[in-house]
Amino acid sequence: MLLISCPYCGARHEAEFSPGGEAHIQRPDPAAATDRDWAEYLYYRSNEKGLHHERWFHALGCRRWFNVARDTVTHEIRAVYEMGAMPPEGA
Amino acid sequence: MAQPFRLAEGGRIDRARSVAFTFNKRGYEGHPGDTLASALLANGVALTGRSFKYHRPRGIMSAGVEEASAIIQLGSGAYADPNCKATQIELHDGLVAASLNCWPSVELDFGGIGNTLADLIPAGFYYKTFMWPRRGWLAYEHFIRRAAGLGRAPTLPDPERYEKRFEHVDVLIAGGGPAGIAAALAAGRTGARVLIADEQSEFGGQLLFRDSEIDGGGAADWLTASLAELSAMPEVRLLPRSTVAGYYDHNFLTILERLTDHLAPTISAGPPRQRLWKVRAREVVLATGAIERPFVFVNNDLPGIMLAGAAQSYIRRYGVRPGSRAVIFTNNDSAYEAAASLADAGVALAAIVDARDGAIPLAAEFRRRGVEVLSGHAVIAAAGGQALREVTVAPLAADGASLAGTASTIACDLLCVSGGWSPSVHLFSQSGGRVVYDEAEACFVPGKSVQHERSAGAAAASFDLAACLAAGHEAGLAAARAAGFSADESPAPRVVPQNMTPLRALWEVPALPGARGKKFVDIANDVTAADIALAAREGYRSVEHAKRYTTAGMGIDQGKTANVNALAILARETAGAIPGVGTTTFRPPYTPVTIGALAGRHVGEFYDPLRKTPMTDWHAANGAVFEPVGRWRRPFYYPRAGEDMESAIRRECRAVREGAGLLDASTLGKIDLQGRDVVTMLDRVYTNGWGNLAVGQCRYGLMLKDDGMVFDDGVTSRLGEQHYLMTTTSGHADAVLSWLEEWLQCEWPDLDVWPTSVTTQWATVNLAGPRSREVLQAAGIDIDISREGCPYLGVREAVVAGIPARIFRVSYTGELSFEINVASRYGLALWEALMTAGAPVGIAPIGTEALHVLRAEKGYIAVGHDTDGTVTPLDLGMRWIIDKKKSDFIGKRGLARSDLTRAGRPQLVGLLTEDPALVLPEGSQLVATGLGKLPAPPVPMIGRITSSYFSTTLGRSIALALLDGGLKRMGERVTAVLPDRTVAAIVGTSRFYDLDGERLHG
Repeated sequence: MLLISCPYCGARHEAEFSPGGEAHIQRPDPAAATDRDWAEYLYYRSNEKGLHHERWFHALGCRRWFNVARDTVTHEIRAVYEMGAMPPEGA
Repeated sequence: MAQPFRLAEGGRIDRARSVAFTFNKRGYEGHPGDTLASALLANGVALTGRSFKYHRPRGIMSAGVEEASAIIQLGSGAYADPNCKATQIELHDGLVAASLNCWPSVELDFGGIGNTLADLIPAGFYYKTFMWPRRGWLAYEHFIRRAAGLGRAPTLPDPERYEKRFEHVDVLIAGGGPAGIAAALAAGRTGARVLIADEQSEFGGQLLFRDSEIDGGGAADWLTASLAELSAMPEVRLLPRSTVAGYYDHNFLTILERLTDHLAPTISAGPPRQRLWKVRAREVVLATGAIERPFVFVNNDLPGIMLAGAAQSYIRRYGVRPGSRAVIFTNNDSAYEAAASLADAGVALAAIVDARDGAIPLAAEFRRRGVEVLSGHAVIAAAGGQALREVTVAPLAADGASLAGTASTIACDLLCVSGGWSPSVHLFSQSGGRVVYDEAEACFVPGKSVQHERSAGAAAASFDLAACLAAGHEAGLAAARAAGFSADESPAPRVVPQNMTPLRALWEVPALPGARGKKFVDIANDVTAADIALAAREGYRSVEHAKRYTTAGMGIDQGKTANVNALAILARETAGAIPGVGTTTFRPPYTPVTIGALAGRHVGEFYDPLRKTPMTDWHAANGAVFEPVGRWRRPFYYPRAGEDMESAIRRECRAVREGAGLLDASTLGKIDLQGRDVVTMLDRVYTNGWGNLAVGQCRYGLMLKDDGMVFDDGVTSRLGEQHYLMTTTSGHADAVLSWLEEWLQCEWPDLDVWPTSVTTQWATVNLAGPRSREVLQAAGIDIDISREGCPYLGVREAVVAGIPARIFRVSYTGELSFEINVASRYGLALWEALMTAGAPVGIAPIGTEALHVLRAEKGYIAVGHDTDGTVTPLDLGMRWIIDKKKSDFIGKRGLARSDLTRAGRPQLVGLLTEDPALVLPEGSQLVATGLGKLPAPPVPMIGRITSSYFSTTLGRSIALALLDGGLKRMGERVTAVLPDRTVAAIVGTSRFYDLDGERLHG
């Protein structure tokens, strides 16, 4: 069970959160996107072994979304940063 | 004589009091402080059960958690507890215990025939014999499970209470032996919040039975003083009878605390039986100690063969003499301490057999005392019937794998064995760390830490007490420092270190040529050295494969004494080295955790808490039959006396079509939307346009996922300039709220919209039927609700029956309909007022099934019923709800994907069976063949029934179906498959009733 630091509430038990999958997925311009582009956006994910940038939702807390940089092997959380921000240096 | 093996003095038992208990229906006495095992030994009961597979006689082999032999059925009835270790059961008055796996009695066990046939039941026997033919296992399993020995689970509900709690600590210490206590003192003195848990009834570990001098005084005095100091520290909590069972990510650990297991079972308002602690620790100290290993020699499972440390524990802690004439068999120094305790207790020392050669100072000391010490020897076999009678000893060759001289026998009733010690690395391994092999101590020790933890004491192979205490102290200090506490150097406990002669690793002990008899590796599961060798020969060379094939280490004790011996033998058989073979994975829990503790209070009505509307109790009182809808229970229908389901539903449908019906729609999801940009958001989350929705109006909307598939539908009303109320399906209320929040926060942070769930703030009643306006007026309403004054899709604030309300002119039945929202606390009052006011027109409460019939007659879809996440609005024939002028909305681009625009997609149509009385089962398949016998599979499928009812209004059955290219098949005849035949149906429009929608307006 992870201990996740919500940027708004502090460290909380994993059970309070919902995972939101890979972060920084750009929604393509629907007018310009090909079927392939749209499929990539909808379905294709990197499934990293190691450093992974992902979204989490503090569902049973402040109900805010944020980003987490987590190592999928060790579960080490290297950084937590706000929605819309890019990962900090090194994370 | 009562308790013939109880020593006259000594031990930590309360001799002033006696407790009576029953074992195998015979009465015995023991003392408070005894375990079932120590009390049985005190009473001279050596035979405690029969083994799992071969039904061999078995006794007590240990004094603790590692017990693989004395497995007991405890209690009876609802309090029955199968597969308990006698060494861990604290004795209490009235305790009832029984052996496993024997019939008619443990002394005369017919299953013992398994032992005679043992050579026919090698490793993998069941796989080889009973898995062919494959279906055979289903027939054999029942009998094999009965013959194989496991306890009997209770069949009655568990009357005990359990609970769970969270805890946050700076330092968690697993294990309350010398290292753990030293760690707790060091950490506690810094002011850190410390939790120390020990699985036993008393803290102290080995100090409870070993002679040592600590800080210049007796170990027992040091223990008492240390525990007093810890108890006085406000930030330190001591949890006895508490097993740290699991070590998970981010220093999250679980502890099973047993609060009443040591007491006679009673139903009381006292503490729960067990409590599961869920602990988040900044730092962890693993002071879990070590487990002594047995040797693998012929008949090493006889009652009377015991770990040397256990024998010492029985004498010193429990005041019990585990035998009368003992042989010690060891490969290390620790058993000499047990030998001394045995001598002190008046047990004759027949011999000490030490596998080591050369100068052993302890051996020399015992020889001086007149004890025969056979160095360089091994016990190669034991003999006896239901108890040990004699052992055979012989000198070992230098390689340890063969014998170097003639064998002789020694008569004895107790054999104390010590094959070295295995650190309890279970929790370390669970934490994600890898164990490494320590050649000198012939054991696996914790490697590099991967979480915030450190191992100390015997858990890290510091077997000398001085080293153990020093390591515990250091670990406690380091943990407190790492948790942010500044540690003043408090002194470590002082003990004179001992010089220990290194051990001689000895795994499978060689036997005499041609010797018969089994050498057990895993006593709990009856796995022998020969089984492991067979597994290796048959190609199960990986330790994980060999484990599963032989079941070594898979028993009730999870191989705590067996695993290292097993993998050492596997290494030999595969010509590999022990570190190369490695260990199997240690998984939580360390020892069994009851399901009750994992469930805690989440049982019965709290297992899946029921959501109730303010009217739920009324429905129940008025005979409603309920159906589950998420966590809600909604009235399904309300049968009157003499009515079956079908007639009740027909009556409810008629009430709505002819008079008035009342539906509890409180479960509808309701989301309050406020902010400057609500319209923009609605335009993006719904397929249709919202810009022209005026205050006082509402509109139906369809929500898609970005793949173009239907996600939810509902009505959104404009209550004010920047104030809207969205409704969702009952099942998707939470999902839609989360969906809006996700898009607002992740994609549209510039939009000013504040969604708030108000589902349970409002009670919702849907009053439907041509006479519903009359009913509302009779109930009392302060506004004009005429067709013009409150038109279809209008929203009004009003006072209904004296209650402030919001009225929405929406309909899911196709009739004139008023959806009335009032504050939840008035829901029941409104409901009753409308029922009273409606009595003259024969108003009826209606359930969800009638609602479904009515909506299907109108061809209104039910999301999740007619859709399943693969259906688009175009598939539903709802092109009209897509605003093509909008540049974007969620799902717009998805809808344009080639597969979603192709011809022949499944499309929603109406179906009328040729037999009007036949209601097709929902889910029935439509096939592209004619009537009659189906062709051989695969049968070409062209669709399926999504909704199907008998329509009272139309006097016939109706169905909705998703049919390939259905919208172009109007009038075609298709074939539906029933379990026993095929039937014909005609494709038509999905609307069956009031096609121009005039009735909506009333």
